[in-house]
Amino acid sequence: MSSTTIGETFERRGSYRDKLALLLIWVVLLTVPLWLPAIGGYTSLAARILVFGLAAMGLNFLLGFTGVMSFGHAAYFGLGAYGCGLMLLYVTNSTLLAILAGILLGTVGGALFGALIVRRKGVYFAMLTIAFGEICYYIAYSWNSFTGGYDGLRGFQRQPIHLGPLVIDIQNNQTVFYFFVLAVFAVCVGIMALLLRSPFGRTLIAIRENQRRARFLGIPVERHIWMSFTISTFFASVAGALYALINNFADPTTLNYIISGDLVIMAVMGGMRSFWGPLIGAAIFVALQDYISSATVNWMSFVGLIFVIVVLFFPRGVLGYLRRIPL
Amino acid sequence: MLTLVLFNIFNGVIIGLFYVLMALGLAMILNLSGVINFAHGNFLALGGYFAFMLIPYIGFWGALVVSPLIVGAIGLILERTIIRPLYTRDPVYSLLLTFGLAFIIQDICRTVWGSNGLPLTPPDSINQPISAQFFFLTGYRLFIIGIVVVTVAALFLFLRNSRLGLRIRAGTLDLETVSALGINVRLLRSFNFGLGIFLAGLAGVLAGGQIGLNPNMGDDLLLPAFIAIIVGGVGSLIGTLIGGIIIGVAAALTTVFFPSGSQVVIYVIMIVVLLVRPRGLLGEEGMLT
Repeated sequence: MSSTTIGETFERRGSYRDKLALLLIWVVLLTVPLWLPAIGGYTSLAARILVFGLAAMGLNFLLGFTGVMSFGHAAYFGLGAYGCGLMLLYVTNSTLLAILAGILLGTVGGALFGALIVRRKGVYFAMLTIAFGEICYYIAYSWNSFTGGYDGLRGFQRQPIHLGPLVIDIQNNQTVFYFFVLAVFAVCVGIMALLLRSPFGRTLIAIRENQRRARFLGIPVERHIWMSFTISTFFASVAGALYALINNFADPTTLNYIISGDLVIMAVMGGMRSFWGPLIGAAIFVALQDYISSATVNWMSFVGLIFVIVVLFFPRGVLGYLRRIPL
Repeated sequence: MLTLVLFNIFNGVIIGLFYVLMALGLAMILNLSGVINFAHGNFLALGGYFAFMLIPYIGFWGALVVSPLIVGAIGLILERTIIRPLYTRDPVYSLLLTFGLAFIIQDICRTVWGSNGLPLTPPDSINQPISAQFFFLTGYRLFIIGIVVVTVAALFLFLRNSRLGLRIRAGTLDLETVSALGINVRLLRSFNFGLGIFLAGLAGVLAGGQIGLNPNMGDDLLLPAFIAIIVGGVGSLIGTLIGGIIIGVAAALTTVFFPSGSQVVIYVIMIVVLLVRPRGLLGEEGMLT
């Protein structure tokens, strides 16, 4: 895009307004269990928003900050969920080890597949990412004895975390579990922000703005895209592992391209040129979907309409529009 | 055993032909407009349902022609109204738009015609078994093969020999130059889009007669059609044709020996092709890849 978008992304960082927004976001996230039940929500809805927000922000690391389109991030989200679930079901009682297993499965899958397709461009790249997602979907779907097949992976429970003498009871206490998810989210978002501010992150933005020029400057473009892809699948698999813990269930449809599309629309709806945009998009999309699917049998039409309306009328997303309002 | 293998190869060819019709339309739209049409399978379903509505009035033969035309016209209108404005924007937007359209069309089918399957019966004259030993050789299946072969041949002749077809092929290679030569690229893209959707509609009528109608009948064909394009090579329609038949037959043969792997095998083929020949079987280096 034009040079103004770089300015929007970076020069305003540290401005008074952005600090205020940052403060607002964290205050809202930290106080969710206090006010969400009062407006008719429930705490696990908030955890779901955080998880999809993290996955969408991870996707946006690639989509918004590297300019590479993946329509298959559900694969890594789902691999994270299955890795975590399988570990809890078959191997260990440790929730933390299970999360690590999910992250490992998703990130290694992302790194391998990324290496295979990194030279492909544009929509063709997107099509390949969809195909990889479907491979994972069909494996989870057909391998009945191991993954539970169509019914999904059941029978595991997130376990309390023991840190020396300290026991964090994420199993029974929803509020404690929410703060656990928030803590993981915070660490991931912190890493993401540091990466984007580093020379590596700036290089990714240079690739987004003008891939050919970046190549002329001697930047190994493919290697950077591959690294960005892998990092992005890392965040998606963290989110997936957490998602399995929310539901105590891993569902083959989490691997399906429908979820990939949902993640992309979250990023676009919130604003894919801004750091926090995908979280805002996830909040709107998850809450709307939750409401619509209980309010009408024709929820598919409404969800479809959300896609169409966002694309045609709000392509810059919520934060893209807020930015243009002078304060 | 031989009968069983033959039966599955034959089934694979039939399924492969549906993949081919889907994939050719998808590939034409992808090549000229750079749009991955997620709603392609839903246009296929619409084709089947429109035929269902039309058969009482104009019969199967009339519906076979008219239904795809109506679906193609709907595609043309959607292209001119909501898809065209997205050509100048990041490709992510057109993907998201067709993604949303897929939801909407599927929901419309479900609401209007119900979520249960509906039968679409071909006329008796073509719906007879032909051989007692090879029970799977029904007239309707041979008819499907005939129709697809004629349609695909006509499409290739059109693209090769007609002025319009030549422009579409040229536009696939370099749209800017075609535009600079004074050809109305907007019209070309609309026509091409409508033609691609027409093929989906035709596949819908044929598939309806084979497996019946349901609102998500196209979903199972969409991803194999993507794979057919990837395997055959982006930019080559003949590659897409070959790719569709290869994965159809491969999936059907796998069903004989290892039923639960029948879907995975097409993805294995895709990965192998990507490793050995990243541009696809007949793809040109540098086209989109």
